Amino acid sequence: MSKVLIVKNLRAGYRGQEVIKDISFSVEKGEKVVIMGPSGSGKSTLLKCLVRLIEPWGGTIIIDGTNVMNHNVDIRKIRMKTGFVFQSYNLFPHMTVLRNITLPLRVVKKYSNKKAEEIAMSVLKIVGMEEYANRYPLQLSGGQQQRVSIARALAMEPVILFLDEPTSALDPELREEVLQTLRKIARRGKSMLVVTHELDFAEDVADHIILVDQGIIIEEGPPNEILYNPKNERTKRFLKSIMRKMKNSNS
Amino acid sequence: MLDLFFIIDLIPDILKGLMITLELSIISFIIGFVIAAIFMPARIFGGTLFASIVRSYIEVFRGTPLLVQLLLIYFGLPSLGIKFDPMTASILAFGLNSAAYQSEILRSSLKSIPESQFLSGESLGMSSLQIYRYIILPQAVRVAVPALVNELVTLIKESSIASIIGVVELTRRGEYLVATTFRALEVYIAVAIIYFVICFLVSQSTRLLERKFRIPGYERGGG
Repeated sequence: MSKVLIVKNLRAGYRGQEVIKDISFSVEKGEKVVIMGPSGSGKSTLLKCLVRLIEPWGGTIIIDGTNVMNHNVDIRKIRMKTGFVFQSYNLFPHMTVLRNITLPLRVVKKYSNKKAEEIAMSVLKIVGMEEYANRYPLQLSGGQQQRVSIARALAMEPVILFLDEPTSALDPELREEVLQTLRKIARRGKSMLVVTHELDFAEDVADHIILVDQGIIIEEGPPNEILYNPKNERTKRFLKSIMRKMKNSNS
Repeated sequence: MLDLFFIIDLIPDILKGLMITLELSIISFIIGFVIAAIFMPARIFGGTLFASIVRSYIEVFRGTPLLVQLLLIYFGLPSLGIKFDPMTASILAFGLNSAAYQSEILRSSLKSIPESQFLSGESLGMSSLQIYRYIILPQAVRVAVPALVNELVTLIKESSIASIIGVVELTRRGEYLVATTFRALEVYIAVAIIYFVICFLVSQSTRLLERKFRIPGYERGGG
């Protein structure tokens, strides 16, 4: 298998404070990697660094064979090849669902209107939102908006999908529809890198789990090892704390 | 004694100045908007030198009385060999002055668009210009509509200052009538009524515009 993403010795931070200290990992084609860790551990920063939405301090990032950190590289070409799903969906509120998806296809990929609409409708079908094509984002529930934003990312035919806590802004009853959508996309063989606290999802979908705390990887491995037999004390504490939270939100 | 019927009789005569008042304020508004619209991206993309030039422009025009600006253009510039007729001088003064205020309106509406919208466009591979053109501007203009309409109302009222250099707009028309009828109270009440009606109608148009440009679903308080 070939690697779609290679990260080596990545460092990043804000205003002089180092958030990502030294992180290395890789994602194979078709592989699903889940990143977990306490709030403030740098997971979201890590994801945004990969397509330079936040400028990393140092290290190497290679996406689909191209070194992202090379400053001669046109970063927009890399972003065209990757899909990014944000925690708070970030749809464009003044455009219909359909136009949210066709806009980047038309202006970035230079597709014709007709082709863009065909692609948009096909990805909306995948996420089960084709009936809502002419609605506006704010007329939809959070879960529906997130499914549209997943569709928008998919429409660009990315080599890898980055998902930054796709369910954490949602009420518990809306999470499941988004997770089902993501499971479906995972089954289609898409490479995925997901930051999430959803343990069930991680267990079902992930090929590999990475635990990040204080800017470094504290433990990594297959789901059954990490979730049921963690070695690191901090991993154990973290898993306990999210299980407690889950129990509270379910009761 | 106040003669109400006399006020009503005066109105048609004063209305002759209305067209000039509207012409003055609408053309100045458009000039101000165009300058502000050029300033906006220049302030963002143009680097620190341009940004500080624009900032100084805004400070100067907001920090000095409009009347002084008008007097400078009409009476001051001729000594440098630049002469304007009263109407042109007024349009110029009001337009340049309004540009400063409209520039601030556009800037604050632009800042009200969350950065996540920009990030979202970037993540899709869009260029900064595309993000402004398709995502930020259409939303910022919607935010700016009420404040821009307010600015137009201000201009309609401030245009009365042009009467000082002899532009025969609403207020000047009233002054003429006072000179011939000696009924200052009735004349200025009539003038005030006309200003009020026009300004009221223009501010009410905000609601229509807001409805037209409404983002569907926004009233539910989402996003």
